[in-house]
Amino acid sequence: MPTQEIEYKLRLEENAAGRLVPTIANGRVQVPYMGVGQYKPAGRKAAPPIRSAADYPQNGDKRVPDLETALRCCGLRDGMVISSHHHLRDGDRVALMALQAAAQLGVKELMWFPSASFPSQVGAIQLMENSTIHHIEGSMNGPLGDYCTQGKMRGMGVLRSHGGRWQAVQDGEVHIDVAVIAAPTADAFGNTDGSHGKSACGSLGFALADSIYADHVIVVTDNLVPFPCVPWQIQGNNVDYVVQVDSIGDSSKIVSGTTQITRSPDRLLIGEYVARFIRAAGIMRTGFSFQAGSGGIALAFVDHLKRLMKQDGVKARFVRGGSTKYLVEFLEEGLTDYILDGQTFDLDAVKSIASDARHVVTSPFTSYNYHGKGNFASMVDVVVLGATEVDVNFNGNVVTHSDGRLLHGIGGWQNCLAAGCTILAVPSFRDRIPVVVDQVTTLAGPGELIDVVVTERGIAINPRRQDLIGAIKDSGLPVRPIQDIKAEVERICGGKPTAPRRCDHAVAIVKWVDGTVLDTIWKISSST
Amino acid sequence: MTSTPSIAPRLQPGEAGNWGPERRSDVHVRIEPREHDGSEIVLESRVKAYYGESITTQAQQVLEQLHVENAYVAIHDEGALPFVISARIEAAVKRAGLGDGYRALPERIAIPPVSARDRMRRSRLYIPGNEPKYFINAGLRHPDGIILDLEDSVHPHEKDAARLLVRNTLRAVDFGTCERMVRINQLPLGFADLEEIVPELPNLVLLPKIEQAEQVMQVADHIERIKNRAGIERPIWLMPILESALGIENAYPIATASADIVAMTIGLEDYTADLGIVKTAAGAECLYARQRLVNAAHAARIQAIDSVYGDVADMEGLKHWGLNARAMGFEGMGCVHPLQISVIHEAFAPTATEIEKALRIVAVFEEAQEKGISVVSLGSKMIDPPVVQRALRLVSRARAMGLLPQNGMS
Repeated sequence: MPTQEIEYKLRLEENAAGRLVPTIANGRVQVPYMGVGQYKPAGRKAAPPIRSAADYPQNGDKRVPDLETALRCCGLRDGMVISSHHHLRDGDRVALMALQAAAQLGVKELMWFPSASFPSQVGAIQLMENSTIHHIEGSMNGPLGDYCTQGKMRGMGVLRSHGGRWQAVQDGEVHIDVAVIAAPTADAFGNTDGSHGKSACGSLGFALADSIYADHVIVVTDNLVPFPCVPWQIQGNNVDYVVQVDSIGDSSKIVSGTTQITRSPDRLLIGEYVARFIRAAGIMRTGFSFQAGSGGIALAFVDHLKRLMKQDGVKARFVRGGSTKYLVEFLEEGLTDYILDGQTFDLDAVKSIASDARHVVTSPFTSYNYHGKGNFASMVDVVVLGATEVDVNFNGNVVTHSDGRLLHGIGGWQNCLAAGCTILAVPSFRDRIPVVVDQVTTLAGPGELIDVVVTERGIAINPRRQDLIGAIKDSGLPVRPIQDIKAEVERICGGKPTAPRRCDHAVAIVKWVDGTVLDTIWKISSST
Repeated sequence: MTSTPSIAPRLQPGEAGNWGPERRSDVHVRIEPREHDGSEIVLESRVKAYYGESITTQAQQVLEQLHVENAYVAIHDEGALPFVISARIEAAVKRAGLGDGYRALPERIAIPPVSARDRMRRSRLYIPGNEPKYFINAGLRHPDGIILDLEDSVHPHEKDAARLLVRNTLRAVDFGTCERMVRINQLPLGFADLEEIVPELPNLVLLPKIEQAEQVMQVADHIERIKNRAGIERPIWLMPILESALGIENAYPIATASADIVAMTIGLEDYTADLGIVKTAAGAECLYARQRLVNAAHAARIQAIDSVYGDVADMEGLKHWGLNARAMGFEGMGCVHPLQISVIHEAFAPTATEIEKALRIVAVFEEAQEKGISVVSLGSKMIDPPVVQRALRLVSRARAMGLLPQNGMS
């Protein structure tokens, strides 16, 4: 279906969370957020066109000489959607390579649909300036984030969770014309594996939807092996073309660098409080499950939890990655039966995926997809997440700085809020900037799903969770009302910070996991 | 202090504080006095969007408090908290030769209570006096004491700036139930430290490198003078640090040099240096000095406190050192890293067996008291009054450490 070219005047509507959101974005009608679990669209899921094996080489060799040829063969033309995955993180070279090849072909006004973008992809700005790319729908931070929040991108940014990206592909909100998949190992048929090769990155879960639903799929590899490439995380049966290149990425940057335990005594304390809370609340018992991110505090929590589990002789049934060497140790020391891994953050974890059958690759389909018949996220007992801000109603912000500039993608953060117990582990202020505030600058997660906020100055439990409040009553942990922590932080920082100045110009929207619009990112006046 | 505002200001610039991408919670201030045109403040700050106006307003107020009327002020802020900003501006102003006799004091939080003479002093966390990023969270792991250090952790060129920072910290930072301590410099520099910090009511002052009782007396007298001038009546306790062979030899006279001494401690790095020997992990070379100090302290009825354990990565070694120190008669030791605190608290906690025994002694004693029996025995052993005293003390410590319920005997 051709993209509708009618220009809509931007209309704003207040959603169920009280946030003003646009009703049209990039020419598409948007549904304002209606509340958790309220929006249930009907109809049939999207699907790629019917293909015939007769059209593909009988010897299975789908190689073409280069990306330009592959894109030309895919029929890439103006206004199409081109997608990429971010398992190579800041080391990825393939996404930009593909976009630059598109520029060589003279194609204009593309929508780039990465599962996340990284600072090293700053070259995308030039491609937006010369109209190769019209806009980006995917996380933007660093220079790309600034470009967007300064209102320089022509289309509207759309931020989705990992699960929300799958939802958007499945319900037809985003149709991928060409998926370009960076492949640490592949065969000429297109079977692809992420856990072997010089650019190994472990899981390739973020590319799975693209491989299934895109009209055309190109696999780009720097480690071509004879058929069969085993295991095939991406099935060659979905792949149109295979391109061989010298390097798909800088392997030194594939591991992101956020995978060390914090050395800050205050942040270690937060990790310790989280672990003690989980034990005191009775969540840490044999057969339980947890998920933690890759940040310094989350890792400190994991490390401390390990000590407590050993002390009490407790074993988990499964833990969810973002995996790191710290999670791999759980597996190797018999503290969990399985790691269910969504993305792989360091080389120990990459090695573990390649060699240990109990370290299982998952995708946003199994873990997070709103249009699945359930998903794993709600089956996890406890999840520990970071945030840039949390407010006195337990609403969380993970996407912008307190001044409204884009900082992080949503990642799996929103999806994880479905866990049995959601804990935000955050310092109460950073560099004099309060983290515990009256109202979050940008709403990324509704407070009704956030149960506990753990800071170095105490633990606040959402009054909705009287069960947790009761369970840890006699634990000796420093439990305080969140208002109390906020007041102390304001006293320390010398009053409330000045609210950000912003224009009435929406530059991006934050989607909820179901595809509705949760909040708006506004243009920042350029003086700041 | 007397002010001399009549002297025309010399127009020299002054700067203080630190900035740069690796810095956190500090601020650099440069003041260029000028003859007229009032004051102009130029601010760069990583938190400018949030607190830019607040910082400029505060700077203006500080200049007024210091009676600076004409100056160009350049501020590079790295997210410093308000009490740090005041201290840095004041240091820069004074280095520019202005503001003599004036202070820019931040708002004072509730005045913390006087600490008991014999309160628990298991752990005291050293905080370098010129590193503002460590101040605000120093109390989070509940050390028994926090030492704002003006001595060895502060570069000789930064003593004046650190003094103002520590003074402001005493006014503006809430350390919870921690005892607020300051380690001053050796005399005569220590006198200037006392001028700034005594009015801000630290609970205790540590005196470094003490070798003679007279040194303690001089400090005690000076504190007394400042207290009288300021109308302060509450005690400010003293803890001399012995760090040389001579200091150890004079341990008892030092321990009894002032009625305000509540504890005495030892600095083993300097002590071994003085002897020209190497400090080992096992510490056999320090055993005599530590025993001598323990004995002198107990003779003077004050607490004996051990040195620090310098290897912050070796928690097993720390625990072992702490257990040994407790067995020798020390009541606590120093910490150079917050992660050492809980290990030390564990090491200085009485064991379950000790607590149980003490509880039995106390119970038998109380029973005997009730029945009016003067001779107390437990099993086949007679219990002397000192044994009862020790048991009572152990029970009260165990209670303070949370090892026993707050009230009720058993």
